[in-house]
Amino acid sequence: MKIKDAKKPSFPWFGMDIGGTLVKLVYFEPIDISAEEEQEEVESLKSIRKYLTSNVAYGSTGIRDTHLELKNHTLLGRRGNLHFIRFPTHDLPTFIQMGHDKNFSTLHTVLCATGGGAYKFEQEFRTIGNLQLHKKDELDCLVKGLLYIDSPSFNGQAECYYYENAMEPEKCRKMPYNLEDPYPLLVVNIGSGVSILAVYSKDNYKRVSGTSLGGGTFLGLCSLLTGCDSFEEALEMASKGDSTRADKLVKDIYGGHYERFDLPGWAVASSFGNMIHKEKREAVSKEDLARATLVTITNNIGWIAKMCAVSEKIDRVVFVGNFLRVNTLSMKLLSDALKYWSHGQQKALFLEHEGYFGAVGALLGLLDVD
Amino acid sequence: MATCSRIGGGGHSMDKSITLPPDEIFRNLENAKRFAIDIGGSLTKLAYYSTVQHKVAKVRSFDHTGKETEDEPLYEISVQEEITARLHFIKFENAYIETCLDFVKDHLVNTETKVIKATGGGAHKFKDLLEKKLKLKVDKEDEMSCLIKGCNFVLKNIPHEAFVYVKHAEPEFRFQTTHPDIFPYLLINIGSGVSIVKVESEDKFERIGGSSIGGGTFWGLGALLTKTKRFDELLQLASRGQHTSVDMLVKDIYGGAYGSLGLTGDLIASSFGKSATADKEFSKEDMAKSLLHMISNDIGQLACLYARLHNLSRVYFGGFFIRGHPVTMHTITYSINFFTKGEVQALFLRHEGYLGAIGAFLKGAEEDNPNQYSWGENYAGSSGLMSVSPDMFPMQRTRSGTFDMLEMDRLERQLVNLPLLLDSSSYIPDTVDLTEDAMAREYWLSCFEEALDGVVKRAVVSQPDLQDARERAEKFRLKYRHKLQTLRHQPCAYGSLTVRSLLDTREHCLNEFNFPDPYSQIKQRENDLALRYFQKVVRSVEMLNWEDRQFALVKGLLAGNMFDWGAKAVSDVLETDPTFGFDEAKQQLQERPWLVDSYSKWIERLKGPPHKCALFFIDNSGIDIILGVFPLVRELLCRGTEVVLASNSGPALNDVTYNELQILTERIAAMDSVIHSGITKERLILVQSGSSSPCLDLSRLDKGLATLVRERHTDLVVIEGMGRAIHTNYYAVLRCESLKLAVIKNSWLAERLGGKIYSVVFKYEQPAK
Repeated sequence: MKIKDAKKPSFPWFGMDIGGTLVKLVYFEPIDISAEEEQEEVESLKSIRKYLTSNVAYGSTGIRDTHLELKNHTLLGRRGNLHFIRFPTHDLPTFIQMGHDKNFSTLHTVLCATGGGAYKFEQEFRTIGNLQLHKKDELDCLVKGLLYIDSPSFNGQAECYYYENAMEPEKCRKMPYNLEDPYPLLVVNIGSGVSILAVYSKDNYKRVSGTSLGGGTFLGLCSLLTGCDSFEEALEMASKGDSTRADKLVKDIYGGHYERFDLPGWAVASSFGNMIHKEKREAVSKEDLARATLVTITNNIGWIAKMCAVSEKIDRVVFVGNFLRVNTLSMKLLSDALKYWSHGQQKALFLEHEGYFGAVGALLGLLDVD
Repeated sequence: MATCSRIGGGGHSMDKSITLPPDEIFRNLENAKRFAIDIGGSLTKLAYYSTVQHKVAKVRSFDHTGKETEDEPLYEISVQEEITARLHFIKFENAYIETCLDFVKDHLVNTETKVIKATGGGAHKFKDLLEKKLKLKVDKEDEMSCLIKGCNFVLKNIPHEAFVYVKHAEPEFRFQTTHPDIFPYLLINIGSGVSIVKVESEDKFERIGGSSIGGGTFWGLGALLTKTKRFDELLQLASRGQHTSVDMLVKDIYGGAYGSLGLTGDLIASSFGKSATADKEFSKEDMAKSLLHMISNDIGQLACLYARLHNLSRVYFGGFFIRGHPVTMHTITYSINFFTKGEVQALFLRHEGYLGAIGAFLKGAEEDNPNQYSWGENYAGSSGLMSVSPDMFPMQRTRSGTFDMLEMDRLERQLVNLPLLLDSSSYIPDTVDLTEDAMAREYWLSCFEEALDGVVKRAVVSQPDLQDARERAEKFRLKYRHKLQTLRHQPCAYGSLTVRSLLDTREHCLNEFNFPDPYSQIKQRENDLALRYFQKVVRSVEMLNWEDRQFALVKGLLAGNMFDWGAKAVSDVLETDPTFGFDEAKQQLQERPWLVDSYSKWIERLKGPPHKCALFFIDNSGIDIILGVFPLVRELLCRGTEVVLASNSGPALNDVTYNELQILTERIAAMDSVIHSGITKERLILVQSGSSSPCLDLSRLDKGLATLVRERHTDLVVIEGMGRAIHTNYYAVLRCESLKLAVIKNSWLAERLGGKIYSVVFKYEQPAK
């Protein structure tokens, strides 16, 4: 035991995923600290623990997703709570500065990081924070984290779920899904951009596709079209809008269904297609535009995912990534689109910790560090 | 018609400037038989089919049963009226639809049709207007069916219809040779949305997918983002923008490339990703560019997923988003290359904008069985809407990347591949692609321009009795010169550019102005003269021993081939020196070893067993056919080889036509027993090639010829003359033995090939074992 203990990395335990838009941070808070340990705990470590666990917001932009906290969780033989924290990537310099101010470097901690920012900001971590990052491959972390988080139940409820009757407000229900045997699985990670992975086993996965039309595109277009400032605001607008005022539907062209090709009249024929007309541009609201942007991006991702699922012959598609955070609208659209276009063959699945799997995977990197 | 003289309106759009008066736009309208209209979101395309009356030269043998006199000509030449069918295309902006319909109505004289086939999104909207204005019943046709039908039609009938687009390359358009088997293919139609259609046969196609992110998304979102209303202007904005200021690239996230996945730093990770985080103003240009990339990439990705899923490698792109716009052709091409790593090429179509109209027309013409005919582009007939005149805006034209729409003639005969081509799918008739070879292009364009005076003069002289000949000849001069100038500025204006297309364009233009056969009298005179020497030549050859005779026959054939009015160097000699004859020509010939010389191999072969059947593509009238070709034909017949003589169906320069050859053969048979018995025993057969060109396209030959070639088990193909063996077919590979021979009667070309004027090419090849 002693020897094993000796190999354990020293606290604090962090996993970090630095994406194009958001930094995702998971923090393991040990709750089995012995009195002896507490005695030895240096001041700076204590202050970090106190700071992270006693707040839910950090600065003006950092947020701890308390509803996702994994309580009483065992990791590397220690018991503790797993905390999930996020802040915008453009605030990363502030974070690094704070690490410097709190003498983080004196703790000799292993800081595992993934995402593009692990590479882009490596230099700044070293020079300003005096911290050496352990860089981990983004997709490795994603797959690792996803498979890790899924296995235990999440504080007694299901981690994985799907929507039943997604487009019927009265009958729509969120249903638990048992993902005990996850293979094969198509993983669609929607961050700023989109990566699509086919996972065949714990160590066997490949990136099959991706698209640049992702969460960043939704927020970017929305802020240009509506002047909104945040993802939440954009979603709020979208929830109130009507996309069919901006989009041209099949029935707008053919008066109904396009029988020759079996296309339903309600299907979107041309996203934003009505906006080529001046009078329709003048009649459309910001909410309508936000909604149309959301629908366009979501449907496109759904369609590409569907195609990949067909060519990889995989029926279960799990959508993750922060684009889905508080975005039930997109999740329902994806559920419906996948079901409709695959004639019920494919299933859209979602996970509670949607955007944090990369960071969890990075945290698990502590196991490999010698 | 002044009110209608500028149908296209303002000059800010590149695809709609019309400065011609409408009676030149709506050509042959008075004889229009059928109409089809494709009304799109902003443009209307009209296809109509009318009969065209034009003059053709005919030859008819005199009755020679009586005594012959020295000064009676060999045969009679007459000019007759002939009616052929031609398909015309017009496009105009929807805003001018009423004016155009009024004009059409006023000029419909001979039509018997009661219906007009209509397709396109606007067909419904304008139905009442069409019926009211034209007094024709509107018969609506499904848009996608028309599109596919039109696509099949152009892929089958128009050589060099499809091309790949290579930005910054010279030329930007790489035309593809037509494959005899066009199916299966994928058609990606990018209109307001995207439809992905898999076409498996003439009648079988299926929409296998699509996307709502298409041209309407670019236009609609672009209008919202940039406050720019017109599609063309949005494209122009995009072509000036930098997407990297708006898009989040891989390097913006990684600081460099994402090496383990092979994602380069410049790759777009998130379209518009920077506008999500940065609080700054973006330029219209940059946003338009980012939008264009986003949409093109998305479409390219879907296209690839479908191509891969259905295992298809031929992917054609069309729709208003593409429509000849270099900007979108480039981004789509780039995207396809990226996603398929070069496995799939993005193909575009010259007649892309007219597929719907052509398809609708074909639907209406089904009772005429349009598919049983072959069609050909008429290089003279630009249907109305020419792009901006090159004299006015050469630069703009070059950049516009649009193609002029040529009329299409329904050909009398069905054209097929020569069954002897080794690989018909890789056969390219033309030896030099002048769109790629700028130096050769420069030379030939100048060469044809310099020869123009002579051609005009010849045309006038050929019709001494017709008062308007000079006026028509001048019109011909203007038209052809204009074509040459257009090609100088935009080599790809009519598809590919080759010596053949330049020659054919000249023939088509001459026909257009009713000069069906300017060389008819020259040919008559020379045929007549040569016939008198036929027996003497045969006798002189017969005296020789076998080996000397073979050489004399080949030399005679080559010397005969000197008499080519199409070659300026020769026509100058023939104009100034009337005594220049067969013997003089022999003296001018290069001595062996020739420039290309496989004569020894040929003679070795002749020592072996005779060929079963020789197919002989002949060239000029007069000395060439009579004193050059016939003595060799005679020798082949004597050896036990059957001979098929293939001549042009219609006139081109002084090339011997099928009708002329019939008369000549009859005359020779009357004085030569070998030829006579060959004809009566059907061991010497005359066929027409189906062509009226000084060159030869072995992939478009008369069906009857192809059948005969198969029946007779042809094992030798002889191709004679510069047009057929040098400008075309020099590199053609056949399944059987082939002999290509010509005298290079052009010093520039001779030098290029490493020789001098009157160098000899004697290229005998045997198929690889």
